[in-house]
Amino acid sequence: MAAAGLALRGALASGAAARSRGGLWSRLPSLPAAPCRPAAHFAFQPDPAPSAYGQTQKMNLFQSITSALDNTLAKDPTAVIFGEDVAFGGVFRCTVGLRDKYGKDRVFNTPLCEQGIVGFGIGVAVAGATAIAEIQFADYIFPAFDQIVNEAAKYRYRSGDLFNCGNLTIRAPWGCVGHGALYHSQSPEAFFAHCPGIKIVIPRSPLQAKGLLLSCIEDKNPCIFFEPKILYRAAVEQVPVEPYNIPLSQAEVLQTGSDVTLVAWGTQVHVIKEVAAMAQEKLGVSCEVIDLRTILPWDTETVCKSVVKTGRLLISHEAPLTGGFASEISSTVQEECFLNLEAPISRVCGYDTPFPHIFEPFYIPDKWKCYDALRKMINY
Amino acid sequence: MPPGEHPNPPCSPPTMTLLNTMDRILYESQRQGRISFYMTNYGEEGTHVGSAAALDDTDLVFGQYREAGVLMYRGYPLDLFMAQCYGNVSDPGKGRQMPVHYGCRDRHFVTISSPLATQIPQAVGAAYAIKRADANRAVICYFGEGAASEGDAHAGFNFAATLECPIVFFCRNNGYAISTPTSEQYRGDGIAARGPGYGLMSIRVDGNDVFAVYNATKEARRRAVAENQPFLIEAMTYRIGHHSTSDDSSAYRSVDEVNYWDKQDHPISRLRHYMLNRGWWDEEEEKGWRKSSRKMVMEAFEQAERKLKPNPQLLFSDVYREMPPHLRRQRAALERHLQHYGEHYPLEHFEK
Repeated sequence: MAAAGLALRGALASGAAARSRGGLWSRLPSLPAAPCRPAAHFAFQPDPAPSAYGQTQKMNLFQSITSALDNTLAKDPTAVIFGEDVAFGGVFRCTVGLRDKYGKDRVFNTPLCEQGIVGFGIGVAVAGATAIAEIQFADYIFPAFDQIVNEAAKYRYRSGDLFNCGNLTIRAPWGCVGHGALYHSQSPEAFFAHCPGIKIVIPRSPLQAKGLLLSCIEDKNPCIFFEPKILYRAAVEQVPVEPYNIPLSQAEVLQTGSDVTLVAWGTQVHVIKEVAAMAQEKLGVSCEVIDLRTILPWDTETVCKSVVKTGRLLISHEAPLTGGFASEISSTVQEECFLNLEAPISRVCGYDTPFPHIFEPFYIPDKWKCYDALRKMINY
Repeated sequence: MPPGEHPNPPCSPPTMTLLNTMDRILYESQRQGRISFYMTNYGEEGTHVGSAAALDDTDLVFGQYREAGVLMYRGYPLDLFMAQCYGNVSDPGKGRQMPVHYGCRDRHFVTISSPLATQIPQAVGAAYAIKRADANRAVICYFGEGAASEGDAHAGFNFAATLECPIVFFCRNNGYAISTPTSEQYRGDGIAARGPGYGLMSIRVDGNDVFAVYNATKEARRRAVAENQPFLIEAMTYRIGHHSTSDDSSAYRSVDEVNYWDKQDHPISRLRHYMLNRGWWDEEEEKGWRKSSRKMVMEAFEQAERKLKPNPQLLFSDVYREMPPHLRRQRAALERHLQHYGEHYPLEHFEK
């Protein structure tokens, strides 16, 4: 949004300056044929400032994360934050200032080794301290897959509750960012959704992120918290300075409606909000918009209750279609709400390809694809 | 006082021979179909007891799967070893895992898991937290020379050194990872030689010399806590038994090789001879102990056999700390299923 606008202005400015430099640059057209930083595919609308949690402050997503971490380090003396590059503030600025404030034994860099980061984090948690592990990009979480799936998720169960790593929270930047390509854009929640014993949470905004992250940290089960990186600077809201909790495993109905249920999480919530507005304006269709928030364990009750009412369901996520989390939702809803369905459940997702670079505008499940799918459902 | 001069050496024969006796009986019980699986500790008893004796009671232990002697040294009762192997109602692990996957919170022995080397970076994290808690405790992490090839081992060593953790890494180099001899596991100079590459203080010891193991572990532990300096101990020993009840090692090694270690370089024999020579032990005591240890093991064994298995409802708990709605529904679904089809399930062996 604002960030994309700045990027375009920056490109123009450099073009003008370049022409005046002459030489090689003057032979090039003033702008490339296609902008290398496309405008964002959604419009972030901030939620109103809550009044229940005291004084608020304007924060973007990464600042709301810092705030949650600051609150945690302040009230929990055992809490430690670690990962690659967190000491200087992190590649996305989520840990800025924390090392100076709380000390180098509490906010520290680890060697470049995701399996080590998560394994180490499990051990910290097993020893009774609060462990907040950062994986630099969700795309790099896979070396830690064994530690997450075979160890963290199973620690309590396999020990008969003698041991657990409930004090572990893993954070990772997640989702498309406009230019991230294969390895800086992934949404891997579906891999982990298949793993009993962990929780997976994805916020849509700064206000949601702080409350959900604090809940993950305090939750007595290992949690993975995916942070939509495209929102780090682009999403700005009034966020309470003091700690507050948003419950896990509770979806939020952002807008009630009667004709179609739209479900998404993270960045995609903002896409479907726009789709709901388009549907109302162009088709007179009333949409119920749901932010799932927690992927595992997910709030089947809220989604099913909505579909019983509307009879139509559209689920959308950036992650590829096959085996994506929409398939789990779709399967459960058709089991629970079969006779209420007026149309097949629609999934609008990324294609079954790796996440491409230059083709990102075509790859993502944008509002036009969602709108088109919705239209087909209405006309079914 | 070095253990060589002590009239009651901390690593006395009782634990090692009790372990040996329990191993024989439980291995046999698997062969008879009474338990599903077992792993013996033959030949490595010295590494367990020598190191365990050098630790404080509250030092946290992360193991791989062949360290039952450490738990036994700390006083874990026979009936609980058996309960886990049988998966009966007395198993603190609630019947969730295969035999020999012991764990004990009160004795600071973290529950074993099957994936190899995963415990290594975890042990480092625990040591870091313990360091911050200023607890004057150390962590010891056991693993075999095969597991040391895993990426998690590399991760653990590097993190321990860079983050200055009070941890003793204890590698049981027993010559084989199932059928893979060390010549196919590594080409360098074993595991100890890797330590300096990470900045770890490292030492190689004769794993079948209980006192050497004790002395090395004692000093490593002392310095780990005093200086936040991690240590790597590589204990050279030999896996006299098969890898597990699913293995027949005659397929890949000679009986002569095994006999050499069993007869010429066995930790229990070596300690026994040492103590006999000093008059701290005699043949009478040896005979008496063998008899009473066998009796104790058999009693615990018979008791474990008779007990029921836990209620099948325990299949569903502890996935999370609280039981989420979908698991409550699935548990109820199994209950309904058993009401109609219960005759096809071994319900008579399970607690109601």
